[in-house]
Amino acid sequence: MRPTAPLILLVAAAVAAGTLTGCGSGSGSDKDTVKVAFIKDTNAKVTVRDDYIRLVARQFEKNNPGKKVRLIPIQASENDYYAKIQQMMRSPRTAPDLVYEDTFLVNSDIKAGLLRPLDAQVKSWADWRQFEPAAKAAARGQDGKTYGVPDGTDTRGLWFNKKIFRRAGLPANWRPRTWDEVLAAARTIKKKVPGVIPLNVFTGKGAGEAAVMQGFEMLLYGTGRDPLYDPAAKKWVTGSKGFRDSLTFIDTVYKEGLGPEVSDALSPNIQTNVAAELLPEEKLAIDLDGSWLGQQWQKTGGGNPWPQWSTTLGQAPFPTRHGGPPGTVSLAGGWTWSVPQRAQQPDLAWKLIQTFQSKANALEWCVRGAQISVRKDVATDPRYLKSVPGIGFFTSLVKVSRFRPALPEYPKVAAAIGEAMEAVTADDSSPAEAAKDYDEGLGSIVDGRTVARP
Amino acid sequence: MTGTVAGARTAARARTPRAVPVRTRLLRWSPLLPATVLLLLFLAGPIAYCVYLAFTDTQLTGQESASFVGLANFRHAFGDPGFRNAVVLTLVFTVVSSILGQNTLGLALAGLMRRASRPVRVLTGAVVITAWVLPEIVAGFLLYTFFERRGTLNAVLSWLHLPTQNWLFTLPILAVSFANVWRGTAFSMLIYSAALSDIPPEVTESAEVDGAGGLRRLWHITLPMIRRSIGTNLMLNTLQTLSVFGLIWAMTRGGPGNRSQTLPVFMYDQAFLKSLIGYGTAVALLLLLVGAVFAAGWLRLMREEV
Repeated sequence: MRPTAPLILLVAAAVAAGTLTGCGSGSGSDKDTVKVAFIKDTNAKVTVRDDYIRLVARQFEKNNPGKKVRLIPIQASENDYYAKIQQMMRSPRTAPDLVYEDTFLVNSDIKAGLLRPLDAQVKSWADWRQFEPAAKAAARGQDGKTYGVPDGTDTRGLWFNKKIFRRAGLPANWRPRTWDEVLAAARTIKKKVPGVIPLNVFTGKGAGEAAVMQGFEMLLYGTGRDPLYDPAAKKWVTGSKGFRDSLTFIDTVYKEGLGPEVSDALSPNIQTNVAAELLPEEKLAIDLDGSWLGQQWQKTGGGNPWPQWSTTLGQAPFPTRHGGPPGTVSLAGGWTWSVPQRAQQPDLAWKLIQTFQSKANALEWCVRGAQISVRKDVATDPRYLKSVPGIGFFTSLVKVSRFRPALPEYPKVAAAIGEAMEAVTADDSSPAEAAKDYDEGLGSIVDGRTVARP
Repeated sequence: MTGTVAGARTAARARTPRAVPVRTRLLRWSPLLPATVLLLLFLAGPIAYCVYLAFTDTQLTGQESASFVGLANFRHAFGDPGFRNAVVLTLVFTVVSSILGQNTLGLALAGLMRRASRPVRVLTGAVVITAWVLPEIVAGFLLYTFFERRGTLNAVLSWLHLPTQNWLFTLPILAVSFANVWRGTAFSMLIYSAALSDIPPEVTESAEVDGAGGLRRLWHITLPMIRRSIGTNLMLNTLQTLSVFGLIWAMTRGGPGNRSQTLPVFMYDQAFLKSLIGYGTAVALLLLLVGAVFAAGWLRLMREEV
């Protein structure tokens, strides 16, 4: 090596470093401003949440003269949103005072010390008694403290287009009792109504948690008790037949051409596609999706209003694998308002949470956002019960709804499930191979706390 | 007399560097101080922090406190099929799009344009450079709509009665490589245009008189004479291609599966989507290493004398 060689290598590394790195900047805060970070729909036309939050913010500013609310809408897919708020919450310079957290992630962020316990505040808050016990537990950490106030929940089921069903000779009050009956209906539609996508089940990494929860877990939780995590043994389940069967269902849907084009199904925009195009344009017959779907077809939805949806679309609960008890499956999720550990104005933030969750505002959100109420007083309000067609149906699913394992490692397990789904959908692996890869990856994600349940 | 004075002055000037007191020397450095501080703060700082993170198990979420784990992240990387897949794809992407694509096409365009008439030259130059000045994300979306299932390419193919396919799905790594060629060729073309115009016409003419054909002239005259430009161009091209993220992210997100997941996309996936910041930064350092190896190779190419 010539004496200049190390220098050249150093220069080379520096040049490489210069082109391969980047940096960002933070923002300050002042005493009278409360900063609120929340997710904005990737479809810029859909402003349900933005409009509602702006409404509440104006009300807050009016009731608290001199105080200002700064909104930080983050327009991103869910996965990117999670990463962004986590980065913001790591530094006091960028942490918002109030953050909208998915219950999917909240336990992971609690464990990371990113959020502030709110026990003292909720104890002296009269309205807290109105919250359903299950909802109160949504943002409870492993330490038993409460880290967030939920603003609603959601359930999942089958949406189907009654007009397409009539053309295919299927009943308007369709109630499939097994997975096979769902597939049979899809096959009938494929044969009798060409040009229509028979069945959409979200899959792959692009759709993120939507694929894992609306797609995979709706299947998996219909295959038996505690199919993902065994709370008694405190271990994650591997090698189960239910897991392979669920992947096989996905495989069947996409291999038989019952679902959307594989490339569309794996695209990160599939959720927007389904809600903004495929369903309103009546190009999709059956959609396994969430209770909130109607929100953007409302007048307040901001999207293209589709008033006929309430008569065109029917809803059916999703069945268990072979129709075994309890017969139907639903998963419940939802979002909470939380205060970051490094928030600069935690007291103002709590005041703002109270404004968000006053009875009137909570009702407003449930009506606008097609949310399932978590407050007992809202749930019995006539305006809520009449708000969105189908709300009674989805509220009735709360009884059978299951919750995802509320554990810090869940997001990583979910990512592994998303990868298994993507591998099967893209035809890179067979269901058995993908399940095996998942089992192997799971061990390192949860530090070996797994239990085989063949 | 004058001679002596001049001699003394020369001697004084020769002594100057050693004679200057420390304070003056520091003063002379002072104009460089802000730049040096900024560089240390904003370039060396983040890199040092990145190096530190790479040896910890820091996560974005789901972890109480991070701890030092030594080389565990690097060991994990070498045993990780996802990482190995990303390295292979990165090499394919770099070789196909940068070395074969941008570099060769840029040279060819530069050579052809020297002979072309002025209007052709202006028009070609404008088109190629437009692709280059477009922001990366805009180029990404343009090429997404070009390759997409219902996109321009398939429309043209079906008009010609040729079979169509979903390019982003069947050949994702080639589609993104093509996109990078489309976007980056202008840069090579500019460098080579400058280099070619530096070749003295006498050399080419005398070779022609000696009876050398086009190919032989290219191999024996042109290429050796622009060797340094080739080295510079290859180095800048490769480093830029290694760090391409936005283009691939916009077109395929590394998918389907992980069939177009190059190292930058893999790094982002691990660090921000899987929240494994420590592992992600370790991968970033390895990417830096790959870049440095390429750069050292090209520097060597530039140094050798003919």
